[in-house]
Amino acid sequence: MTDQQEWPLWEIFIRGQHGASHRHVGSLHAPDAEMAILNARDVYTRRKEGVSIWAVPSSAIAASSPSKKGPMYDPADDKTYRHPTFFDIPKDVGPM
Amino acid sequence: MYAQMVKSEATQDDPEKLKAFQERIDAGDKIEPKDWMPEGYRKTLIRQIGQHAHSEIVGQLPEGNWITRAPTLERKAILLAKVQDEAGHGLYLYCAAETLGVSRDEMTEMLLDGRMKYSSIFAYPTLTWADMGAVGWLVDGAAIMNQVPLQRTSFGPYARAMIRICKEESFHQRQGFDIMMKMCSGTPAQKQMAQDALNRFWFPALMMFGPSDAESKHSAQSMAWKIKMNSNDELRQKFVDQTVPQAEYLGLTIPDETLAWNEDKGGYDFAEPDWGEFFDVLKGNGPCSVDRIATRQKAWDDGAWVRDGLMAHAAKKRAAKVAAE
Amino acid sequence: MTKPDADLFEFLLRMGDTTLILGHRLSEWCGKAPVLEEDIALANTALDLIGQTQMWLGLAGEVEGKGRTADDLAMLRDAWDFRCALLVQQPNGDFAQTIMRQFLFDHWHLDALCKLAHHSNDQVAAIAAKASKEVTYHAERSADLVIRLGDGTEESHSRMQAALDLLYPFVGELFTFSVEDLRPDYDAKVEAILTEATLTIPDSRFAHLGGLSGTRHSEHLGHLLSQMQWLQRAYPGDTW
Repeated sequence: MTDQQEWPLWEIFIRGQHGASHRHVGSLHAPDAEMAILNARDVYTRRKEGVSIWAVPSSAIAASSPSKKGPMYDPADDKTYRHPTFFDIPKDVGPM
Repeated sequence: MYAQMVKSEATQDDPEKLKAFQERIDAGDKIEPKDWMPEGYRKTLIRQIGQHAHSEIVGQLPEGNWITRAPTLERKAILLAKVQDEAGHGLYLYCAAETLGVSRDEMTEMLLDGRMKYSSIFAYPTLTWADMGAVGWLVDGAAIMNQVPLQRTSFGPYARAMIRICKEESFHQRQGFDIMMKMCSGTPAQKQMAQDALNRFWFPALMMFGPSDAESKHSAQSMAWKIKMNSNDELRQKFVDQTVPQAEYLGLTIPDETLAWNEDKGGYDFAEPDWGEFFDVLKGNGPCSVDRIATRQKAWDDGAWVRDGLMAHAAKKRAAKVAAE
Repeated sequence: MTKPDADLFEFLLRMGDTTLILGHRLSEWCGKAPVLEEDIALANTALDLIGQTQMWLGLAGEVEGKGRTADDLAMLRDAWDFRCALLVQQPNGDFAQTIMRQFLFDHWHLDALCKLAHHSNDQVAAIAAKASKEVTYHAERSADLVIRLGDGTEESHSRMQAALDLLYPFVGELFTFSVEDLRPDYDAKVEAILTEATLTIPDSRFAHLGGLSGTRHSEHLGHLLSQMQWLQRAYPGDTW
């Protein structure tokens, strides 16, 4: 081993179908952003999964602090109206 | 399995925190990389996921051995795609382990210098084309038994990697069985080749699950943490029960004279593999152990200038960009 | 076969045999590449080339009209019946040789396929159109690697230059069977990329010939075939 430097890690986001958002699919190693995108095409779209690829350095991801998990996510729990099954729609109305 | 004999690490953490952690796991919460976790949980996972990843990478070699000799263009393409998937799966798993604070290059060095292991099964040679059938059918079959429940493991990145892997692997066992079917309905020589492959891979496949761990404290801890989902014996039994009828369908004989259906337990009784051989393989005395690591070492050494060269170019480009701004 | 059919058959063999041998060479890397991401990428290129082989040789068998399949052609001909370019017969060598071989081939391949996509034979045109999409990516990737490794470290540079010097004499042969003269465009493109890669094209345009015509193959081809065809030869007529 020389003074070898490891390739940095990248987070890969892929937009599958037209219109859908980019979704995190995993990570990989690459020396820079351009190669990260080429590598992502080979690694994460082997089954034609994607049409658009984003690569973000893993070190650039800012994440919420786990200890604050309670306050940050709990309020959403009681906003169940955001979910379609919250509403009882009479059958007569037909599909909605 | 791809992770065998993983010792769980002792944990010396604050009992209060440990209790809260265990409650989260019991409640079915996923543990994410930045969450607090016991040191033992982290270390055990690095060892387990790392071993799993190494198995995928070393596991490329016995099948890679036949890519250039595949009998038809279609078989060649299918086998290459499968072995390529294994590289991908190794990559996903390394990434999952990396979220725990170890780098892929570090893990690679630990594989090469023997500090980390890979599954015993890949230290066995593939001698005929039928071995491509047997490996897909038996080895992937055994792996799936372990990997499907691991999709529910407590560590988020590991569970997500397993979900992706299971989705992609669905064709692997089928392609192996398909090779076996073709050979078993072929000429006598082909059928003999298939039987020979089963004879050589049956017991090594049973070894994949590891020795009985019913009494093991390590396994109990790992199961409490949900990084091991079933006991070794449980999975081995399931594997035998599933595989015996498949062998019958192929018209092949399982190389175990003691094999018999046990009505009471609703499963087969079968002979244990030679555990002495298993421990020899784990120590690096498998028939191909030396060759496998030598091949990986050569790939790693020969590739150093490529990895360095690409890094150097990226650095030059960055510097040029900064200078231009 | 009529004369036009015989010519078409010969042409299809040149395309199919060349992709077959290069796909085979790349598949030899599986599990042994310098880094996981490259291992996966090389396998993708190999898979594309094997797929193209099935199409070219499949059509060759149809045109020949003797009931031979793509597999028959791949597995049951001896070296003298092969029509693969000498360039793709060259061994993988180090990663520099593999990537340089790929780069020199891809740019010819892409130009040839783009022209063939307008071929008067619909089947040829359809195969070329499909393959050109795949090869567009191959060419992009190999050019990118040539630039990066050529202009990387001292070692990567010298290995890439050595690979170029070694393989350049096999480039000329590719242009001996093109319908149109693709060479000027090729030279311009390849030279631009190699310049960016800080690499120097050898002065000599000397070209080894004999692969595409089948008249004088490399010694490497026989060894490759003895491995690739072994199972079909050892168990004649068996299905797998």
